[in-house]
This record gives sequence, structure tokens and C-alpha cells, in this order.
Amino acid sequence: METTLIVGACQAGVQLASTLRDLGDTDAIVMIGEEAHRPYQRPPLSKGWLKGELEPDDVILRTRQWFDDRDIQLIAGDRVVTIHREPGGSGVAHTLGGRQIAFTRLALTTGASVRRLTLPGTDYRGVHYLRDADDAIALGPALAEPSAQRVVVIGGGFIGLEAASAARQLGKDVTLVEGTGRLIGRVVAEQTSEFYLAAHRRRGTEVVLGARIARILGEDASAAGRRGSVTGVELDDGRMIPADLVVIGIGVIPRVELAVQLGLAVEGGIVLDESCRASDGRTVAAGDCAIMPNPYPAGLGGLVRIESVNNALEQAKIAAATLLGKDAAYSSVPWFWSDQADLKLQIAGLSAGYDGIVVRGDPDTERFAVLYYRDDRLIAADCVNQPAEFLAIKHALAKGQTIPRHAAADTGVPLKQSVVDAPVAVAS
Amino acid sequence: MSTVVYTADDGFVTTIEGRPGDSVMETAVRNGVRGIVGECGGSLSCATCHVFVELETFDLVGGPGDLEDEMLDGTAVERHDNSRLSCQIKLQDGCEYHVTTPSEQL
Repeated sequence: METTLIVGACQAGVQLASTLRDLGDTDAIVMIGEEAHRPYQRPPLSKGWLKGELEPDDVILRTRQWFDDRDIQLIAGDRVVTIHREPGGSGVAHTLGGRQIAFTRLALTTGASVRRLTLPGTDYRGVHYLRDADDAIALGPALAEPSAQRVVVIGGGFIGLEAASAARQLGKDVTLVEGTGRLIGRVVAEQTSEFYLAAHRRRGTEVVLGARIARILGEDASAAGRRGSVTGVELDDGRMIPADLVVIGIGVIPRVELAVQLGLAVEGGIVLDESCRASDGRTVAAGDCAIMPNPYPAGLGGLVRIESVNNALEQAKIAAATLLGKDAAYSSVPWFWSDQADLKLQIAGLSAGYDGIVVRGDPDTERFAVLYYRDDRLIAADCVNQPAEFLAIKHALAKGQTIPRHAAADTGVPLKQSVVDAPVAVAS
Repeated sequence: MSTVVYTADDGFVTTIEGRPGDSVMETAVRNGVRGIVGECGGSLSCATCHVFVELETFDLVGGPGDLEDEMLDGTAVERHDNSRLSCQIKLQDGCEYHVTTPSEQL
């Protein structure tokens, strides 16, 4: 009798449990998560949730009945703090709440924690982060308060831009400050960054690039000991941006504490092989906590950590198969989406290592795509309000096909009609 | 409550009592109905919740919106006249919905 312990009750953890059952595993499955909530989806938290369009039941991943029907034991609101593992592979996990959970198979879907700003003033009332349901539950009503008129968002990545969009749509005065010279710079080409800068400014968000923050300012705490409220953000050039509410979205840090404790290789994430196996050859991992050989395009080399729903699902499916001694390979093209106001960004593929781009359409129309090429072969694309083109590209990449550059630039022909087989790569 | 009857590509039928306000996609995914993926959680980004809507249900729910219509051009299995993305079909109290899922979503 085996027992699989899944540490982390999230998108990856739930998929892992689901795939175990789909593959016919009838042994015990225990999934534990430190959050008090039932497993839920994170993407809506920075989108519909902030606009007050959603309730907790709208973001759950599976019903209680689903867990019961599949005999998957879910422990919510407790955290694994230490894991003792025998040389044979079985072990016991000890939780903060005093539980001891014996297991024979171990899966880590521990996710990532929000990166905190290490500057004075982050503990003033009205300073928010956005990662977990609890963050969103606190931020939603705070943002809806009429007194929170001036909003400063720190960080020009997806979370920052989505939060800024939601705040603007609620009629707030929004200033977004980004430390680097452009928006979403870690992920997209300059052309896409430039577009988002212009688009957010058009929608009334003040965007400050290359801004270094000195500290967050607030009023003195009252005599009652209540935390003082935030009043603004001070940049290191002395500029002061007044704020009633501050949202910090500067990325996440993978949760690797348990992996380190188990002696697993960690390099900015739990290091996995193509089968989602960690360095001990038996623990599996999936999702934001994991780093693996670049799955796409295969053979490019290097390790990547991919923060996306698609990657969490894909790795979880592979990890489940691996636990059962079955083969599985990364078969999906990595993809991402971000909804900001009426702008739908869909990204297919991984653009790292591109050597050329084609811009399809005019960014000023707010319907365009940036296609990334390496050695004249399509590897990725950013599509703005072009869902059909995005899907055509995603399907082409999945089949190892490409779109010639001249055809990519021709907006008169849908991309679906321009897909061709890629020439077979010559080994160098 | 509302009722959704899902018929898989191989003819397997699953009937789920859904919560009014939830979508046909959410009702499927949260209850483990095969044949609907819904990777993006219903934000109209992935086109992996494609369904064929039966005639009576089609009269009830109508055709796709503009963005959905564009997405339907890129589904894994080619669209038909009665194709919808099931994340965009919200359940109304007391109604019954009949959909068939395609052989592939990804």
C-alpha cells in the first residue's frame, strides 16, 4: 500500500492528484496546503477579483465532492515544516499543527511566495501585496473604498499592470512605478513593452520608468498603537508620489525550503529532470517551485522556471506519471495570458534566445502581434487582441511548424493559412 | 439549480447539477467531467472548453460573442455552426443544458 503526499494544495497539486487517479492509481493520496482556503485559481485574483466581479466560490478548482469521489484527502490550513525520509524512500512529514503524515511517495508543489520590498514603510496600513487569496480578500475592499483615490503600483510586470488596470477601471488616480527602463521587460520584446507603456498612458495611468524607490511614507501611528496609514512613495531622486493605497507586485520567490531540507539540488527552484524528478531520483515536483531543462524548443539547453497555469498543469501530469513509473513528456507549448483593461495579451512559446522579430499589424490599432524568430524559425509570439492569430501560432508551434517572415507581416492573410512545415534542423 | 448533460465524443454521458451563475465549463472542470479542459479558468484565452450545443440549448444560449467567435476559429477540432466556448455559457436557474464535447481540446 502506497501513500502519495502532495505538499501544496494548488493548481499543480490538484492536477497531480487528478492525473494519479486518471492513470488508475487507487492508493492513498494526501494533499496538504497551508492556506485555509480550498484549492483555488490564482489568475483571477489580479483581474476580475479586484474589480469586485467574483466571489470565493467562483475561483475554486474542484468541488468537495470531487475530492471525496476520488478519495483524495485534503488538509487545508496546515503547513509541513520538516520531512524525515528513510533511505528506502518512505518517510514522515511533520506539520506546524502537530500532524505526522506517513508517505511512500512525495510530490512537492510548494509554489512561490511573494517577493517583499525591503525598504522602510512597507508595514503602513494601505500597503498591499498580491499573491494569495488572503491578499486579494484584503486588497479588493480596500481598493473599493472611496477614500483610496490615489493608488501607487510598484512593479511593471503582469501583476502590477493588471492591478493598475483594475484600479483605473474603478476610477482611481493610478501611478505605476517600475525600476527598469520598460514594462514586462523580463518577458517581452521592446515593441510589446512600448505598446503597453503607450496603452496604459492612454487609459490614464501615470507610468514612471527607471524609478528607484527610497521608502514608503506614512502618518505616525496613533496613540492606540494602530499602524499609521500610508501617505505616499518617495523615489530616490527626492520625488514624492502621494498615495492612499500602494500595491507592490515585484515578483515571487520559489518555495524551496523543504527541498533544501531534503538535500535536493536547488538552483533558483527545485531542479528537475525531463520527468519532473528531483535530484534524489524519487521526489517529484511541479509548478512555480520547480526549474527544469528548457522544454521548448527541446534541446535548446539551460534550465527554466516558468510561472504559468499551463506549466503547472503540464509538469503535474508528468510528475504523476513518473510517480507511477510511467513515461510522460512535456507536450505542450508554454503559453501565458494577461488581461489588462480591454487588452487581451496571449503569449505562445518561449522567446528566450530570439534573433529577430516581425511586428504584424499596427500597435496603435491595439490589435497586433510580435512574432519571435531564431534562425528564421518561429519560436514565440505576443498577441494583443488577436485571439485567432494566437491560436494559429500556438497550434503551429505545437506541431513543430513555422510561419515565413514575409507571411507573418502580411495582415491581409490570416496566419492560419500561412503555416508551413519547418525545415528539419541540421545538427551543428 | 441547473442541469448540464455532457456527452463525450465516445457517447459517454455525464449529468451534473450546476450552480446558477457558473459556466458550463466551470461546472465540468470542478466536477471532473472529461472532455473540457478550460486551462485559462474562463477568461476567454485558451479555447480548450469547446462544445457543440444541442439545438434546444442553442435556442436558449444563442451564438458566440465577437471575441469568442474569433477564438472558435482556432479550436483543436474545427468549429461547427453550433460551436460555443463553454466558459461563456452561464447557467440560469431551472434550465437544462445539453452539450457534446469534441475529441480534442489541446
